[in-house]
Amino acid sequence: MTAMPAPPPARKQSALLATLNRNRLSWVGIGMLAVIFAVAIFAPLLSPHDPLQQNILHRLEPPSAEFWLGTDSYGRDVLSRLFHGARISLTIGFLAVLVAMIVGSTLGVLAGYIGGIFDQVVMGIVDVMLSFPTLLLGLMVAAMLGASLENLIIAIAITETAPFVRVARAPTIAMKRQDFVEAGRALGFSPGRIMGVHILPNILSDIVVVASLWMASAIRTEASLSFIGLGVSPPTPTWGGMIREGFENILSAWWLVVFPSLAILLTVLALNILGDALRDAIDPKLRGEE
Amino acid sequence: MNGLQVRGLKKHFILGGGFLGGKTSRVRAVENMSFDVPEGASVGLVGESGCGKSTVSRAVLRLVEPDEGTVTFNGTDVRAASPAQMRKLRQKMQFIFQDPYSSLNTRRTIRQTLEEPLKVHRMGSPAERRERVEAILPEVGLPQEALDRYPHEFSGGQRQRIGIARALVLEPELVVADEPVSALDVSVQAQILRLLDDLRQRRTLSFLFVSHDLGVIRHFCDVTCVMYLGHLIEYGPTEEILDDPAHPYTMLLRESSPVPDPTSRIANAKMTGEIPSPANPPTGCPFHTRCPRATPECKEVMPKMKEIAPGRQVACHLY
Amino acid sequence: MTPVLDIKGLTTEFRVKNGWHAAVRGIDLSVNANETLAVVGESGSGKSVTALSTLRLLPQTGARISRGEVGFGGRDLTKLSEREMSRIRGNDIAMIFQEPMTSLNPTMTVGDQIAEGLLIHRGMSRTEAAKEARRLLDEVRVPDPARRVNDYPHQFSGGMRQRAMIAIALACRPKLLLADEPTTALDVTVQAQVLSLLDDLKRDRGMAIVFITHNLGVVAQIADRVAVMYAGEIVETATCDTLFADPVHPYTEALLKAMPRVDRKAESLEPIPGSVPSISARPAGCVYAPRCNYVQPSCAAHPSLVPVGGNHEARCPVRADKGEAA
Repeated sequence: MTAMPAPPPARKQSALLATLNRNRLSWVGIGMLAVIFAVAIFAPLLSPHDPLQQNILHRLEPPSAEFWLGTDSYGRDVLSRLFHGARISLTIGFLAVLVAMIVGSTLGVLAGYIGGIFDQVVMGIVDVMLSFPTLLLGLMVAAMLGASLENLIIAIAITETAPFVRVARAPTIAMKRQDFVEAGRALGFSPGRIMGVHILPNILSDIVVVASLWMASAIRTEASLSFIGLGVSPPTPTWGGMIREGFENILSAWWLVVFPSLAILLTVLALNILGDALRDAIDPKLRGEE
Repeated sequence: MNGLQVRGLKKHFILGGGFLGGKTSRVRAVENMSFDVPEGASVGLVGESGCGKSTVSRAVLRLVEPDEGTVTFNGTDVRAASPAQMRKLRQKMQFIFQDPYSSLNTRRTIRQTLEEPLKVHRMGSPAERRERVEAILPEVGLPQEALDRYPHEFSGGQRQRIGIARALVLEPELVVADEPVSALDVSVQAQILRLLDDLRQRRTLSFLFVSHDLGVIRHFCDVTCVMYLGHLIEYGPTEEILDDPAHPYTMLLRESSPVPDPTSRIANAKMTGEIPSPANPPTGCPFHTRCPRATPECKEVMPKMKEIAPGRQVACHLY
Repeated sequence: MTPVLDIKGLTTEFRVKNGWHAAVRGIDLSVNANETLAVVGESGSGKSVTALSTLRLLPQTGARISRGEVGFGGRDLTKLSEREMSRIRGNDIAMIFQEPMTSLNPTMTVGDQIAEGLLIHRGMSRTEAAKEARRLLDEVRVPDPARRVNDYPHQFSGGMRQRAMIAIALACRPKLLLADEPTTALDVTVQAQVLSLLDDLKRDRGMAIVFITHNLGVVAQIADRVAVMYAGEIVETATCDTLFADPVHPYTEALLKAMPRVDRKAESLEPIPGSVPSISARPAGCVYAPRCNYVQPSCAAHPSLVPVGGNHEARCPVRADKGEAA
């Protein structure tokens, strides 16, 4: 085929925006996430009631003008608990994925670049970890460490490290075969520099896409662990914990389960949309070339 | 002694195998290669795919570790060099790649690409580095505006100039070039060849120049090594080798190389087979399976390099 | 004699940033039976687009044949329906590509892939087709065809794969073979074999071949006639002997001087300054003028292809005048 002319100099930022613009759905995802994050940040300001305030007189009330999403069995306002729960759920999801991403991609890049025995050992461990269902692994770790916010983050991070190792390793191996990596070696660059400066930025997009998808999974895992009772201890509101508490009254008070479930669903959906959009936006194969 | 000396270089690759074993095969990429690149000379490595010429070029710089043999550069044993010595050596020996697309990191500007080697080797102050990078651009025929652009904004020929600038920024004495013009169009190819020629004279560089194209080799190299299946089979001044090849393989290669002249069409190309796999090379002389003049001896014994004229050597039982 | 393929005024355009730009512009080409026409040019010259337009294999969106006709067997291929076209592809006109590995299906035996076309286009029985596949492998000089017919592509060497591709292309006895850089990925000793094979096949079958290449050395080996393309136009066309002995267009001449030759001393090399203009930035007048050594004020007007003697045409008024004077 004809070699196309070099496109005019474009800032990276605007190219990203252009691709996001082409796909309207991505803005829906970004908008949803922005709202969810804003709610989490401004929860104390937005909440009409104190999320921990119990009120025996208003037990299990359906949605009303005063309690928009109803109240739970202790008479606490579901909407306020949902807002505050967003803080915990998003913090756990974000931090767990951040830890998993840093540890996992470091191991993945090292395994891919160094290869040999190191690679085989790392990938052996990764395969074992991946063969456990996420929830089961999280359950084991959480049970071992005990229920607390930090331990929950560690437990979820451990379950999600293995996929990041894989995601980082495959493109590292592809990059290693690129001439510019060999050029780095010929120029006397250290392995650390080659991995950090030349390989990592080129595979970061793959990792970020996966991170947004796994954050959705982390939020689900948090909810599941909280549902089993291995999450943050009550009365701190988390979405998973709210579902567990509401489950006892699911037939009489549907709002206790439905609204936190919806919150999880929307957040996971928004993160998945964002993940797909980011992949399209960052992938140079889909960008720029007309 | 200055320049590059390679003696008895050998490199085999083991393919397959792994954690749970599995079938492995041994690719005999380079067998017992010996040659020199004297200071200021340009030595060509020519041969067809699988002959090991690329492996030789990389083994010289330890981009692949040789299995056996010695590589000496300016009196230093390259294979025995410590990491610190190796870093010093790398300043003096540089590499130019074939593919102008994959040889540049697309996320780094030309300035970053050219400054990085200087930074890594702690050469000069930031101002001096800047100056050096700006000075090298006109030398490779690129405008100053190129510095703050990204590789995708350049054509293949321009990218190759950037790759050359990157190799030269450390002011090396030896440049190893692996098919540096093969990916380029004819008109651009000539531009890059002329550029390399100019640089070679201006900077008194030595070149180890890998190519499959005898025309390019003829243009650029004083001395040529012809390789076949990992073996050096003929060595000598380029013009003598191309005008009067001694080894039957060199003859075949020369006759098969198309010439832009319809009056000298290739006469008889029907009887020669293809190159055997380097994973399963023939016994004796590697060329005997295709050689029209093969004798029973050729099937058994690998011929040694023999001097047939001053400066000319050939590995063939006919001599 | 009526030509097998007769392209007249072909213009193919590509969409670049909301505008249509001609990748090839006003191409006239014809090939006779038992003739090899080499189309030579650098990347961006439009040589591949010409072949793809002929077979209507351009991308569905972003490309269009906007003018001209492709005459083949008394019909204009640009006017045929997709269905009629698919009956012609692989049957009356076959094409071979540069990279034989990606053009072959790795999960089918070579024999089955050769037989496939015979089953579809010729309605042969399986046993007939298998027998014919063996014969074709023999015809393209694959050694031991009875055994190799059951091999998979990965068991073939690069040269053998290209022979297998040629066998697939020849299966339905096409009148026209379009070969797009068929030897570029091959080693020179193998290239020489494949070139000689194509030349023999042309003679034996009386086939017309359009051979697309960037390599003037290869052109000299195989062509009867040559069309030199630059920036989407044919700038010179002549018989092979005339073109190499007496190039008229400055681009042809420059290409010959820019090619490092194995049979000449090194000093002869003269690069062409600059680069091929992109399809959205082609000069209005002579497309080669910005890189030309002989440029005159008259080059600002777009020149047409004019005869400079015999069957020799060139798109350069400056040199054409000189040629007539001499």
